[in-house]
Amino acid sequence: MLVFLLRRLAQSVFVLIAMMIVVFFGVYMIGNPIDILISPDATPAEIAETMTRFGFDEPAYMQFLKFVGNALQGDLGRSFVHGESAVTLILSYMPATLELAALGLFFSVAIGVPLGVYAGYKADRWQGRAIMTGSIFGFSLPNFWVGMLLILIFAVELRWLPSTGRGETVEVLGMRLSIFSENGLKYMILPALTLALYKASLVTRLARAGTQEALMQDYVKFARAKGVSETRILLVHVLKNIMIPIITVLGLELGSMIAFAVVTETVFAWPGMGKLLIDSILTLDRPVIVAYLMMTVIIFIFINFTVDVIYTLLDPRVRVKGEAS
Amino acid sequence: MSMTAPPAPAPISNDPGRAWRIARPLAGIAVFGSLALLFGGVDVGVFALRVVLLVGLVVLAAALLQGKTRKFFSGPAAYMATFSLFVLVVLAIFATEISPQNPYDLRQLSIMDGRLPPGSTTFDGSMTFHLGTDEQGRDILSGILYGLRISLSVSIIATLIAMLIGVVVGIYAAWAGGRIEAVLMRIVDFQLSFPSILVALMLMAAFGRGLDKIVIALIIVQWAYYARTVRGTALSETRKEYIDAARGLGLPSWRIIFRHLLPNCVPPLIVISTVQVANTIVLESSLSFLGVGVPITQPSLGLLIANGYGYMLSGQYWMSMYPGLALLAIVASINLVGDRLRDTLNPRLTR
Amino acid sequence: MSILDVRDLQTHFFTDAGVVKAVDGVSFSLSAGEVLGLVGESGSGKSVTGFSILRLVDAPGRVVGGQINFKGQDLAKLSDREMRALRGNRIAMIFQDPMMTLNPVLRIETQMVEAVRAHDRVSHKAARDRAISALAKVGIPSPTERLAAYPHQFSGGMRQRVAIAIALLNGPDLIVADEPTTALDVTIQSQILAEVQQLARETGTALIWITHDLAVVAGLADNISVMYAGRIVESGPTDAVLTAPAHPYTQGLLGSIPGHGRRGERLTQIPGMAPNMARLPDGCAFAPRCARVSDTCRSSAPEITTFDGRRSLRCFHPLVPMTSSA
Repeated sequence: MLVFLLRRLAQSVFVLIAMMIVVFFGVYMIGNPIDILISPDATPAEIAETMTRFGFDEPAYMQFLKFVGNALQGDLGRSFVHGESAVTLILSYMPATLELAALGLFFSVAIGVPLGVYAGYKADRWQGRAIMTGSIFGFSLPNFWVGMLLILIFAVELRWLPSTGRGETVEVLGMRLSIFSENGLKYMILPALTLALYKASLVTRLARAGTQEALMQDYVKFARAKGVSETRILLVHVLKNIMIPIITVLGLELGSMIAFAVVTETVFAWPGMGKLLIDSILTLDRPVIVAYLMMTVIIFIFINFTVDVIYTLLDPRVRVKGEAS
Repeated sequence: MSMTAPPAPAPISNDPGRAWRIARPLAGIAVFGSLALLFGGVDVGVFALRVVLLVGLVVLAAALLQGKTRKFFSGPAAYMATFSLFVLVVLAIFATEISPQNPYDLRQLSIMDGRLPPGSTTFDGSMTFHLGTDEQGRDILSGILYGLRISLSVSIIATLIAMLIGVVVGIYAAWAGGRIEAVLMRIVDFQLSFPSILVALMLMAAFGRGLDKIVIALIIVQWAYYARTVRGTALSETRKEYIDAARGLGLPSWRIIFRHLLPNCVPPLIVISTVQVANTIVLESSLSFLGVGVPITQPSLGLLIANGYGYMLSGQYWMSMYPGLALLAIVASINLVGDRLRDTLNPRLTR
Repeated sequence: MSILDVRDLQTHFFTDAGVVKAVDGVSFSLSAGEVLGLVGESGSGKSVTGFSILRLVDAPGRVVGGQINFKGQDLAKLSDREMRALRGNRIAMIFQDPMMTLNPVLRIETQMVEAVRAHDRVSHKAARDRAISALAKVGIPSPTERLAAYPHQFSGGMRQRVAIAIALLNGPDLIVADEPTTALDVTIQSQILAEVQQLARETGTALIWITHDLAVVAGLADNISVMYAGRIVESGPTDAVLTAPAHPYTQGLLGSIPGHGRRGERLTQIPGMAPNMARLPDGCAFAPRCARVSDTCRSSAPEITTFDGRRSLRCFHPLVPMTSSA
């Protein structure tokens, strides 16, 4: 087990270093930040002074070495626009995105698993086929358009939920979260649903395939021979077996959920780090872009790690192998 | 002007397989030739070229399904998706001929006609805007038809090139083995571990807007999928004994690769690329929506939706709603057809 | 009094290649405490017969005809709900492969307690106690601790014991055992056979033991029914059938058991292959492989005839004189 963890850790460090190189030189190509840092009618002397102050006059590799040195101390630069430390800035926007992704993940499981299990149970009937066709539509609906449609229906026409922005927040463990306040939750429902739709379709398909496979197994037939009800067979025997692959995939998808939040946050004017990223790209705020990418990589690595641990906890077969080694 | 022969109906013969073997390459040449000429910017015989393109596509599709049509059309969804895909492709190809207005031609636009609801007419009553107009007085219907063409061609071109790169890398990795394979696959894994939207977003941020740039970005984000798939298929094939035998006989590598490895990779590639075209359309429209995609002068469906977004909340829904429906229709048709193709061609694929 | 009386059971599979009559007119009966050996090659329809009794035939298969009278009620006519109330309660089943029958991700406790509580409204504690005593009955050491284990922590033989314990939980009147020892080692096979025999005798449970191996049922079953191509070709008391088989197929099966004939004698084999169930020949299904075949066999199928009072046969050319047919 320990060997396994250490190997995973080494891999993660490698990915992190590779990412640093890619991100730095990638972002280095984005525009000329000088243009937005000072007014267009600045004198050449002023430009040169600013270049020196931000270190833009040095060759790329020197800037990179400095960047790595600072990064190791947790400093990813200062936002050109906000004047704050980029890491602090990202961290202050992060809770909004994380809670959105978490609620989205919850929605995708809550929608996808029952639909998928039912579709697998009725695989050859019209119900199963209808759900599968529906899931293709779920795959096909462009995220941002769904968001707009939801706003149009639930906010503009029905006036049930607020359209954009973030509601009340409550301070929990030093993070400002809106998931714990009723008003805040109202603001979250539409964006989280939007974010969840694609994953819900994915979960539906996974759950259906898993259910179909599980239903063919002897243990399901044996459970039937015991007189166990169909409901219990689906909810206990089948569900427990299919949750392992679903949780693995979902865990891995949490990362892409955070990434896709970029679009959803833009539609709903949700003040998360995705929105911050888009704004930073449009204003060429390099340090924030770099910080966003580095933080995302760290989150991804953390997620992959956690998924492995959860996987081990869920599957007794894996767990025992781990204990034995 | 000389051009490739149109794929005339295959000669009547007793052997339908033989007719298809002749029709398929002809149709392929027709499609590529007409596409190349159209994108190359010829202005003679454009309409004929478009007809050739459409016929070529239909023949290719028919060749793909020959002998498997019953399995493919196993439900109402398959019929509907195929029909709607066909209609949308025709609309995209003949957008110029069908559209009431050329939305790229600023002289045809009048700001007086801005933000008219569906069914309105122009100021002088010469034209009806069936789906309304946007803030610049552009006819939404025309915008959708042209946008459909942009969305489809950007994603199809990007997918084809990405597939080509992926096939080359995947086959090379499987064939070369050893350290080359390890390094190539590490790169593939590394790239695939990041969500495509994020990678594409960063690339577009670096490149700036533009049709060529978004095609390049879309190629970069998806070549790795193909490389991984092709390598997997090729690898399971190279392990088979006849490949060893062929190598032992001293057959040239290119012969083994083209005669044995490549044909085995085709069914999974067709299925993946169909679904990838749909994904790419969505990705492109998302990027355009975020303002880092296609240029404002040549709006894709995503950009049209983004343009209308600001007016949605004030009840002027048509500017975003109809392009969105078009986007949904094209993506859903492709995905449904892809889903049927997966079942029909049945390559060993998951998801 | 017979506890189970199957009359003209028909189970067909509706496949693309045509209708497969996996079970085609099977009749037998079983009294309380009786052990019936249902013998045949794979594909003979013996397992499908077992699953048909519990109404657990998977699609595309379906019971299309006949009666399954269990304690006076026809199982074929029960609603799904009524049938479920009987399964695992009055009629239990043991499956062939113990590695597959237990759910890998659920504890033994869960899988046993649910079997009790599907039928009896008892507390978890009471169900658990019953599970412990059932495990002890089938010879699982320290059953209380083992309850918390997962299936993969048991060996194949132990898992089959757990499956048997689950079958015994509600004190059923009938257990259908579908080749429960085939997947096990020979030594464990005989242990389990002995234990099951003892348990059935103690509890008075009737047992249908499905197997391809005549040797297995020789010491276990009171009666034997031999199946071929979806039909019972011969049945009767075990001793009578084994010492004087009347059907050429039964004789063929006996001849292929090592140690049955005299020392030094060659093992005989039934020539030919198991029949293609989708395309059975006209007449007797065994005719293409039979040494005693005649033109009659090829043109018409033999009917069931009863002889010796307790034996029955489906053959035109029996190996024993059919005396005193009643």
